[in-house]
Amino acid sequence: DQVLHVVPETFQQVQHLQQLCSTLLLDLWKPQLFEDIWAGEDLHIRVPAPLVQEVKDSLDQHMISYKVLIPDVQKLVDQSMPRERSSHRQVPDGYVYTQYHPMEAIYQWMTQIQKNNSELVTQHYLGKTIENRTMYYLQISQPSDKTKKIIWMDCGIHAREWISPAFCQWFVKEILHNYKSDPKISRFLQNLDLYILPVLNIDGYIYSWEKDRLWRKNRSPYMNGTCYGTDLNRNFNSSWGSIGVSYNCSSEIFCGSGPESEPETRAVAQLIERKKSDILCYLTIHSYGQYILTPYGSTTKPPSNSEELMHVAKQAAAALMGKYGTSYEVGSTSLILYSNSGSSRDWAHTIGIPFSYTFELRDKGTYGFILPPDQIQPTCEETM
Amino acid sequence: DIDGVGQKYHLELVLEDVLDKDSTVNCTAEVLYHLGNNIPPDVQFAIAGELKNAEAADNIFYNRIKSLEKELVAENIPDSRGNVSPEMEPVHLLAWVASGYVIWQNSTENTKFQLAQIKRVKQVKRRDEYLEFDYTILLHEMVSQEIIPWQMTVLWHPQHSVQVTQDSRQPKHA
Repeated sequence: DQVLHVVPETFQQVQHLQQLCSTLLLDLWKPQLFEDIWAGEDLHIRVPAPLVQEVKDSLDQHMISYKVLIPDVQKLVDQSMPRERSSHRQVPDGYVYTQYHPMEAIYQWMTQIQKNNSELVTQHYLGKTIENRTMYYLQISQPSDKTKKIIWMDCGIHAREWISPAFCQWFVKEILHNYKSDPKISRFLQNLDLYILPVLNIDGYIYSWEKDRLWRKNRSPYMNGTCYGTDLNRNFNSSWGSIGVSYNCSSEIFCGSGPESEPETRAVAQLIERKKSDILCYLTIHSYGQYILTPYGSTTKPPSNSEELMHVAKQAAAALMGKYGTSYEVGSTSLILYSNSGSSRDWAHTIGIPFSYTFELRDKGTYGFILPPDQIQPTCEETM
Repeated sequence: DIDGVGQKYHLELVLEDVLDKDSTVNCTAEVLYHLGNNIPPDVQFAIAGELKNAEAADNIFYNRIKSLEKELVAENIPDSRGNVSPEMEPVHLLAWVASGYVIWQNSTENTKFQLAQIKRVKQVKRRDEYLEFDYTILLHEMVSQEIIPWQMTVLWHPQHSVQVTQDSRQPKHA
């Protein structure tokens, strides 16, 4: 049995919750009566174990966000009795972080991670891909009475960059493994919430596993199904379609039929837009090239906080190099790489997120997209 | 900038042995990109020092291939996960070297090519002492992000340098 903390935002959501509670005869802990459920007010609902998944799915589908207040009611009951606590595992048994994993495994991993770390981790519905797969992000948040600023990180916007989702998974594992013992991480979590999207371009990622290892874009059909895929990192609403793109679907940098034409782009943009006043830092992880890129790609005119952006990035690159000597170049995309428009990083900065970076992980082209698995660990360790 | 001719670049670089990261050698080069970009750039270079002698390893590979009963055939090097089997390592390295030539011959100031993968390699048996391999490689071009299939015929012998006797850009299949 779990107790969920829900805050409905709209009248429709309130109605849906009232219906859910009465149909499923859920145990309302707060408020006492269904009639007293209001938009903006806290709800605590105890859900019997067999209904937990169904209720969560229903909340997801109605875009109602929730937190698990009590992950295991029985355990809490037991603990309140004088008895010895059993030690519990925090991270999934046997998940090999030094291997690349197909999407099915990553979905299962997310469920396990939330299950085993429910005091810190919640899995949230983000949206659906063009092929109707569900996108989830993980929220790592230490319970606290103050609102915390958010750091957002997404991986796998380009299908073939496998080291990127591998890094997101590694990152989550490291945080959860060490937040109690590592003072830096624990201080981090006292003041910040982490939102991690392990795979943004799910359809593309699956396609790169099953059909074409070097696929980059999403799997959106164009021209009557004779051509597929928009480059999601050219599809955001930042100088969309102006430079460094193609209007031709057969190109790898096809920017789509319009800004945010793709459901994956919209799903990410909607959430970030909603939370933008709390988001301190936007990180998007790519490969390859070994760069930390700052805005903008569409113009060489520097962003307003360019000095600060560069300063932080240079410190990051130095820290990274300190681990294994790997050198990362730091600078704005338009100056050190190439021009492009419609990138997620540029968009995040334009809507007001002060620290917005693209990481291009290992290597510099020797293996490129097909980075050998023995480089997963060192890449992730140094980037961490 | 050289009026009427093109753009010349002076470079100082460090060459690093892919197989032994601590082994480096300094190099200077001059690259001239011609106006119009329809001829390959001119390259002059000087290496300060010596490159490692790989004779022993070269001969082992050479003898192994020469003694194969059936022609060597392989696909997807590295495989999807990034693995290259030890027997295929030299085949991979040979492709790297040969692709360097193809990349040079097709580079402009606005391209940045890397070898992404060997799609297919087939040995062609010869009566003379040379080894011949017919490769289909995938080149990744950084600016356009395109993956370009390329066919190249590679000739090699331990005492002679690598030669690309034929190469052609292949159409991207739908």
